[in-house]
Amino acid sequence: MCGIFGVMDKRRQMMDGSGIREALSIMNERGSGEGAGYVAYGIYPDYRDCYALHVFFDNPGKSKAIVDATLEQWGTIEHDEAIPTCDQPNLKANCTPWRYFFKPDASLAPGSASPEKDVVTSIVMQINASANGAEIVSSGKNVGLFKASGWPEDVADYYRIQDYEGYIWLAHNRYATSNPELWERPDPFNLHDWSVVENGKTTTYGANRRYVESFGYNCSTGTDSEVIAYLIDLLTRKHGLGIDLAIRALAPPYWDEIDRMPEAEQNLNRALRFAYGSATMNGPFTVVAANPDTMIGFTDRGKLRPMVVGECGDRLYIASEETAIRAMEPCVESIRRPAAGEPVIGRVAP
Amino acid sequence: MSSNFGSMPLRYRITIDREQCMECGRCVENCPYGVFRWDGNRILINSRNCTACHRCLTYCPRDAIMLQEHPCDYRSHPVWTRAVRESIYNQSRTGKIILAGMGSVANLPIIFDHLMLDACQVTTPPTDPLREPVELRTYLGKKPSKLDFTQKPNGDVELSTELTPNLMLETPIMLGHMSYGALSLNAHVAMARAAKETGTYMGTGEGGLHPGLYPYQDRMIVQVASGRFGVNVDYLERGAAIELKLGQGAKPGIGGHLPGEKVSADVSRTRMIPQGSDAISPAPHHDIYGIEDLPQLVNSVKEATERKKPIFAKIAAVNNNAENVAAVARSGVDAIAIDGFRGGTGAAPRVFRDHVGIPIEVAIATADQELRKQGLRNEVSLIACGSIRESTDVIKAIALGADAVYIGTAALVAMGCRVCGNCYQGLCPWGIATQRPDLVARLDPDVASKQIANLIHAWTLEITELMGAAGINSIESLRGNRDRLRGYMLDEGLLEILDVKSVGA
Repeated sequence: MCGIFGVMDKRRQMMDGSGIREALSIMNERGSGEGAGYVAYGIYPDYRDCYALHVFFDNPGKSKAIVDATLEQWGTIEHDEAIPTCDQPNLKANCTPWRYFFKPDASLAPGSASPEKDVVTSIVMQINASANGAEIVSSGKNVGLFKASGWPEDVADYYRIQDYEGYIWLAHNRYATSNPELWERPDPFNLHDWSVVENGKTTTYGANRRYVESFGYNCSTGTDSEVIAYLIDLLTRKHGLGIDLAIRALAPPYWDEIDRMPEAEQNLNRALRFAYGSATMNGPFTVVAANPDTMIGFTDRGKLRPMVVGECGDRLYIASEETAIRAMEPCVESIRRPAAGEPVIGRVAP
Repeated sequence: MSSNFGSMPLRYRITIDREQCMECGRCVENCPYGVFRWDGNRILINSRNCTACHRCLTYCPRDAIMLQEHPCDYRSHPVWTRAVRESIYNQSRTGKIILAGMGSVANLPIIFDHLMLDACQVTTPPTDPLREPVELRTYLGKKPSKLDFTQKPNGDVELSTELTPNLMLETPIMLGHMSYGALSLNAHVAMARAAKETGTYMGTGEGGLHPGLYPYQDRMIVQVASGRFGVNVDYLERGAAIELKLGQGAKPGIGGHLPGEKVSADVSRTRMIPQGSDAISPAPHHDIYGIEDLPQLVNSVKEATERKKPIFAKIAAVNNNAENVAAVARSGVDAIAIDGFRGGTGAAPRVFRDHVGIPIEVAIATADQELRKQGLRNEVSLIACGSIRESTDVIKAIALGADAVYIGTAALVAMGCRVCGNCYQGLCPWGIATQRPDLVARLDPDVASKQIANLIHAWTLEITELMGAAGINSIESLRGNRDRLRGYMLDEGLLEILDVKSVGA
């Protein structure tokens, strides 16, 4: 049981975080008050060309020097500061959220089609893999992730979510099952472009992790969403799959369905299952993910977890419950419940 | 020259309850080893010939026959065990290598039995296979590591990666390679029919393909071993896949031996060797003296069959297994069968069978890990074989990293084999490992194929239930999913090699 929520404005019109806070809070029945998180695209227009690194320091006095040194080795820090927070009575802060605006040195990843992202990926893997008291929780351009151990409204107020304006928001209300005290454990998870929230618990964490780690990713938190973020990055950026095919690789149709497809489609789907058998996710899940141009939602092929889709004007909503969509958009125009295995892909207008 | 050992203690003692016995003589008819004989109206017993094959017990209508193993005690000794002493008596009498049949008898821990499976409770629901699909369909062969697409003028993308041939299995259980010659034609026909019925494949072993199996050739994996018995282009073309046998788990590093007694007229024709001659396959392939020679053999077999068939290679699990597997994976083969040290055999030198090689559980785990490390995992499928005894062994092998398994001894047992281990004598009373026509006729292929198909079906159902309980509805989500295994009473070093956590972790 977790509650997830995503909203995208197709024309990049900005939404502040207050509506998202409302939507997430109304699903408190799905959470345990031990974790909530928000991620928003478009919140750092002044630093739009920099990678915004949100970092949790156990103790900035000890760990910040390590991160500073690592970043300076891989590029230039344009600016860094503590993320503004506002103490909440019900929230026990056990780390210091910090943000860097960073320009990676592309020449350090020669031969790569996306050198900056390779550099950022390396930094995230390096920092998060080692026990240095620092955890990079988001690392994309013009995107920022805010999460903590607590109820959604307390987490939102702690970070003053209402002060941020974004055109895509994802949010997660956590029902904790392990490490409730760790602020880096709740969803969302982010790796530069992609952010992920999940309601579910896959039965393939181990297989997926072994697969993605064989490509140099390092899963440091033992959480599904971390693996999913890396899988999506691998499949779309490194293997060049369109997001529709990447989703199909992660949650493929049954063989019986593939057998009934026209030949070309059959070949394509068989090839996807052949190539990405170890990336296939199994068990119950609904995933909502976003990058700067896209918001997607998909479920396991048995749809063991809910997914509701709403549309209103330029806004696309994907949520665990209809009530969350209505909390933010009382006059929502259409509500749909996609069939099992039917993905939802929303794209921002070019 | 005779020895001074005289009569050794009996291995088995057969007794007849004379009050129950009705002197029907079925035991006399059924025992090919000559344990029973008529003396006037009375049945006499020579227990010394007994192999514990149970044929007489099975056919005694009165349950009058009883068998006892080791009826005579030696002085017990923890070092100089009965087995050790008997080997010495045997070898000091004969001066020969001791041959043994079937798999290892070394009393070593079985890793499979110390691996526990996972099941879902509340954080994740189990899948109910009665109500939801659970896919066991398995494709064996090379898979692309990534896909290429071309953009069509209308904007659609089209797959441009060509898939190489794969075998499609309805269940990840195949019937392993046991040759015609070692086994009877009826046993082969029974296995072939079972493979067809259950949507899987069977290996021919190294003995060629008898015309009686042509109707099932699309279910046969034809083997090319170092002796090249029965190999010609027709043979290669008939198979659904071709397997190059480079090693065998029961006897790593040595070749095979079919005693001349088993080379009947039919076997001689199928193997293309003279009748009654011993069929001895050399230890290496004489055209593979280094790994760089293997791709040449793979390519010539591929060319001979127009690249339409997957090519398998089978190797024995030995110390540098990971290195061997990575080397073979680069040779162009589509699947690698790894045969663990408990693998079965018709005949192997006892010292090899019981002392050479490593367990299949470790071999699969290290092979899968090494292939992933080197980015080669999709180049080949991995087939685990050598002592797969039950459905849980299958599921554990797959969770450790295998794509599918071969079963050998289990299929023989399904046909009636009692694991007496005397296959090399050629007198199998069950008609399985013999060429004597009257014995072969005892095995009805219709009945035996049904029994094997039942076994595969039953295991498939059990695997489906176990996967469902683990919340996994396709076999590729089980493959290499070591997170769903826990080691119970395995030492830390072994857990690390298997990459499996301890129970409780």
